[in-house]
Amino acid sequence: MSGLIEFKGFNKFFGEQQVLNGIDLSVESGEVVVILGPSGCGKSTLLRCLNGLEVAHSGSLRFAGKELLDKATDWRQVRQDVGMVFQSYHLFPHMSVLDNILLGPLKVQKREPREARAQAEKLLERVGLSDKRDAYPRQLSGGQQQRIAIVRSLCMNPQVMLFDEVTAALDPEMVKEVLEVIQGLARDGMTLLIVTHEMAFARAVADRVVFMEAGRILEQNTPEAFFTNPQTARAQQFLEKFSFVSTLPKKTKELELL
Amino acid sequence: MTFDYAFILSTLPAFLKAVGVTLQVGLIAIGTSLLVALINAALLVFRTPYVWRLVALYVELARNTPLLIQLFFVYFALPALGFNISGFWAAIITMTFLGGAYLTEVLRAGVEAVPLAQIESGKSIGLSDWQLLRHVILPQAGILSLPALFANFIFLLKETTVVSAVAVPEILYTTKSYIALYYKTYEMLAVLTLICVLLFLPLSLLLSRLERRLQHGQFGS
Amino acid sequence: MASSGLELLWVSLPQLGKGAAQTLSISFLSIAFSTVGGVLYGVLRTLNVKAIDIVLRIYLELFRAIPVLVWLYLLFFGLPIFFGLSIPSFWCAVLVLSLWGASEVGEVVRGALHSLPRGQREAGLSIGLSDPQLYGYVLLPQALKRMTPPTINVYTRIIKTSSLAVLIGVVDVIKVGQQIIERTYESVLIYGALFLFFFFICYPLSAASKVLERRWAQA
Repeated sequence: MSGLIEFKGFNKFFGEQQVLNGIDLSVESGEVVVILGPSGCGKSTLLRCLNGLEVAHSGSLRFAGKELLDKATDWRQVRQDVGMVFQSYHLFPHMSVLDNILLGPLKVQKREPREARAQAEKLLERVGLSDKRDAYPRQLSGGQQQRIAIVRSLCMNPQVMLFDEVTAALDPEMVKEVLEVIQGLARDGMTLLIVTHEMAFARAVADRVVFMEAGRILEQNTPEAFFTNPQTARAQQFLEKFSFVSTLPKKTKELELL
Repeated sequence: MTFDYAFILSTLPAFLKAVGVTLQVGLIAIGTSLLVALINAALLVFRTPYVWRLVALYVELARNTPLLIQLFFVYFALPALGFNISGFWAAIITMTFLGGAYLTEVLRAGVEAVPLAQIESGKSIGLSDWQLLRHVILPQAGILSLPALFANFIFLLKETTVVSAVAVPEILYTTKSYIALYYKTYEMLAVLTLICVLLFLPLSLLLSRLERRLQHGQFGS
Repeated sequence: MASSGLELLWVSLPQLGKGAAQTLSISFLSIAFSTVGGVLYGVLRTLNVKAIDIVLRIYLELFRAIPVLVWLYLLFFGLPIFFGLSIPSFWCAVLVLSLWGASEVGEVVRGALHSLPRGQREAGLSIGLSDPQLYGYVLLPQALKRMTPPTINVYTRIIKTSSLAVLIGVVDVIKVGQQIIERTYESVLIYGALFLFFFFICYPLSAASKVLERRWAQA
């Protein structure tokens, strides 16, 4: 059974340190996979291997049936099929919003300008930012910039979208607008790989949760199963930290018992 | 292409002397330039408005004209006004004029980079202007300016080759003289290149490492 | 005496003009070649290909270690001997100034590109841009503002250093001036005029560079 994306025995080193260790992960088309784990566990690195921003050392990574860990891989083509959205959005500051979105479709995919622009407009409308088409990134809020960054990737018509902690740098009021866009994509059946710290969001949107630590996948499960009944001790510890507030003792009597 | 090694060996004493002259001119110029720059920095800190404009004018004149023209002016033109001057001293005067301007700019930037809070706390413990300069401003400005100062020192050392134009017997002049006398162009140019590499390359590499370690680049961090 | 001085300058203008044309030609050509070469150098050094990086680094250090005047003599005396080529001193000067200028501009460009946030490169690659497209559409346009003031300063130094061409025999504005001095002994006047000639070309450039630097200062 092969999925759209398949990691097998995947390894990566940063010098002496092994950041990804024997990763086996399969993602089906249309699946929404959320990757959780403590800082430094390699979840971002895993994502970045999928679009070639990081180079892997051994193992196998298949995308749509083709092996990517091959010298002959045309990463430009892969990157058109695998879209990525970054924590710091990284819009091109010297271009307007529309130019940001159209750079890929026009210069890389060489599409018809009118068709590309029509799609861009449609996507802008979908995220509620049609009136910002001629604005420059510095004139937009963080949440707006991140939504534009998502549109920029979407306009390339990718098969998979990667989200690398895309709300971590946003003010809390703006997190919701971005998460709503991602939820919309999930509803439309797009294949998503999401790295996030937003637990409630992960629980709501994921088809599957993957928990990583120190470069290894420790456990995978449906969100409900993972959050209510984590199998491994590390996962339990991790979740405890996030539900810290709700487990604070409410009565002084319980404090004495501690 | 055969190399006349014997000839090269025979010229080594002369070249050693030439390196000595290069270093002599260079080091004196560095010293006098630094002195000029320190005086200018003090003048700038004490903020006498009329003087500050003169210093700025001096800096602009010295930095926007070629060393060669300045050198020719001092060496050829000054005698016409009554001062007779040797190539060596013309070189020193000119390089002090130029070097002083460059180092003034470096120290000015360094002084401006000293946090205002430092100056204020110095004043509030009763330091006089002179003490402030000596104990608070210059030490800190000095450290901040270190890579830029070092870069300019190397620059002055390399510019000594220009003073060969007024017959100062440094390395380039010596090379040219020997080529004119013995026609061993190939050998003499090779020696000159080797001397430059041995003399200046280590300094330049040292500077690169210094710059890299203090990443206060031109473009911010 | 003063009036005869200015009169002399006025009479010598055509000659000085020809010399100035040589000086300025050398400068402009060197500036043009340096700019092209410098951008190439800067881009190549940020590509992270080790072999290219080492070669370019050696080129940089050679031009830093060996003073420009020495390079002028090396090429002027050395080329005929090494390669049997006899280049007119004008082109010798242009060649040396261009190679040296390219290394200087190149370091400016490299620094500017390096100072851009790494995410810009990643975002560009992620939408499938090729390297030429990445540099052309994303990186170089952003680096332009940061590159310009320091590059103008390099141009100023190229113009000043072009004065050294007289020492390898180019009949530039300095040589012409010296010929006039030989006839008239007006050394103060002529060298003073040459001094001002260079000043009035270089000062506006460095002033412009400072203005641009202030206007385009990073937040």
